Amino acid sequence: MEKSILPKKKPMQKSLKARDNELAVTNKQLQILDGGLFADGELPYFKDKIGEIGHFPLRPKKLEILQINVGYMCNQVCEHCHVDAGPDRKEIMTRETMQLCLEVIKNTGAHTLDLTGGAPEMNPDFRWFVEEAAKAGIKDFIVRSNLTIIRANKKYYDLPDFFKKHNVHVISSMPHYTRGKTDKQRGDGVFDKSIKALQELNERGYGMPGSSLRLDLVYNPSGAYLPGDQMAMEKDFKKALDEDFGIQFHNLFAITNLPIARFLDYLIASENYEDYMYALVEAYNPAAVANVMCTNTISISWDGWLYDCDFNQMLDLKVASKVKHIKDYNEDLLNDRNIIISQHCYGCTAGAGSSCQGTVA
Amino acid sequence: MANSYYDPADLRKFGKITEWSEELGTKFFDYYGKVFEEGALSAREKSLIALAVAHVVKCPYCIDAYTKDGLQKGITKEEMMEAVHAGAAIESGATLVHGVQMMNKYNKLSM
Repeated sequence: MEKSILPKKKPMQKSLKARDNELAVTNKQLQILDGGLFADGELPYFKDKIGEIGHFPLRPKKLEILQINVGYMCNQVCEHCHVDAGPDRKEIMTRETMQLCLEVIKNTGAHTLDLTGGAPEMNPDFRWFVEEAAKAGIKDFIVRSNLTIIRANKKYYDLPDFFKKHNVHVISSMPHYTRGKTDKQRGDGVFDKSIKALQELNERGYGMPGSSLRLDLVYNPSGAYLPGDQMAMEKDFKKALDEDFGIQFHNLFAITNLPIARFLDYLIASENYEDYMYALVEAYNPAAVANVMCTNTISISWDGWLYDCDFNQMLDLKVASKVKHIKDYNEDLLNDRNIIISQHCYGCTAGAGSSCQGTVA
Repeated sequence: MANSYYDPADLRKFGKITEWSEELGTKFFDYYGKVFEEGALSAREKSLIALAVAHVVKCPYCIDAYTKDGLQKGITKEEMMEAVHAGAAIESGATLVHGVQMMNKYNKLSM
């Protein structure tokens, strides 16, 4: 059937899980990533590729970042979301698990604490957790906020003040500096709400030149293509957001969409999967391998399980270590492990590399 | 053999032209890569020029490649379409400016 080239207005969708989509089963995703082009020998497996430069098995370096996913509930249902987050997701970290995390935060050698979700702010114990965690005096305390949550409901209106009070480093997603592209990826009205939220953060001093209140933006492509040069994109974003809305921010992180969860579903449904995998493999950059984020990060899920990264968490690939759960946390033991990889890892080694902190090479 | 002159999958194989003439192929790709680096013109501006030319020379591979490249660089669809019109305007202008030649010839031959 002929596909219309005119943009369609899409209703807010549900998560793959709520739709009983076959990709909600992580094994199915892994089968796809291991099969097809890779099983046919058309493209090399990731382990063989990194083996060529002596990086297989992939091993951790010093732990620098503890990334805690406090729940998959979100006010948005973004088309590309690797978490498959949405309002219908009920997986939320309990205060009990947060207590276990706090013990780890107090004793870790990591310098960065990175809270993510879903929309982390939707966890009912979010504020308590931030207050307690801030007391540990960790150097860089990040909350990944989707911006629209700040304008979603009155109870969130004071979040910019709350973030400021606890010197939280805010990292927010912003797919484009134009309304059309932003709303297409993230839903109608997202652009205007995000702009308003950014202005409010700016009013508190967030993102202003020389300000210690850090505000960074995350850009990830709204489709089956890789991000462009991070510096050039940052320049374009800064110019457009300043000229059009007087908005300031510090850095832009360009993140590659990894072929898992809803983005994988999109790639397959739009018949872009093969081309995208070719593009990732073609853009493979050996220099990025040494710095991929799984080498300096531990990802903790809402129910306390430990993973090499947030992507492996979504594929339910728990760390290959005796220590698999936060209740048994032991940093030395954990650091002595092989990192679990699959073909989605090409997403972190493409071009200048990609991580939750932007490029790595 | 493919039953069509153009196969989208062939674009991925472009690099293979070096296999039959390594020296010339490599020189071409080195040159090509250098051309599209940031210079007096930004990589973004060059991508839009490439997109316009791709349409003028009617190269389906180039159109695919530079639409994707534009997306990667954050170029909007409005900017892309304006670039295509710039190319189209030059192309149609190049046709129409020959109308002067026609007029000259007409006038010369006419009493």
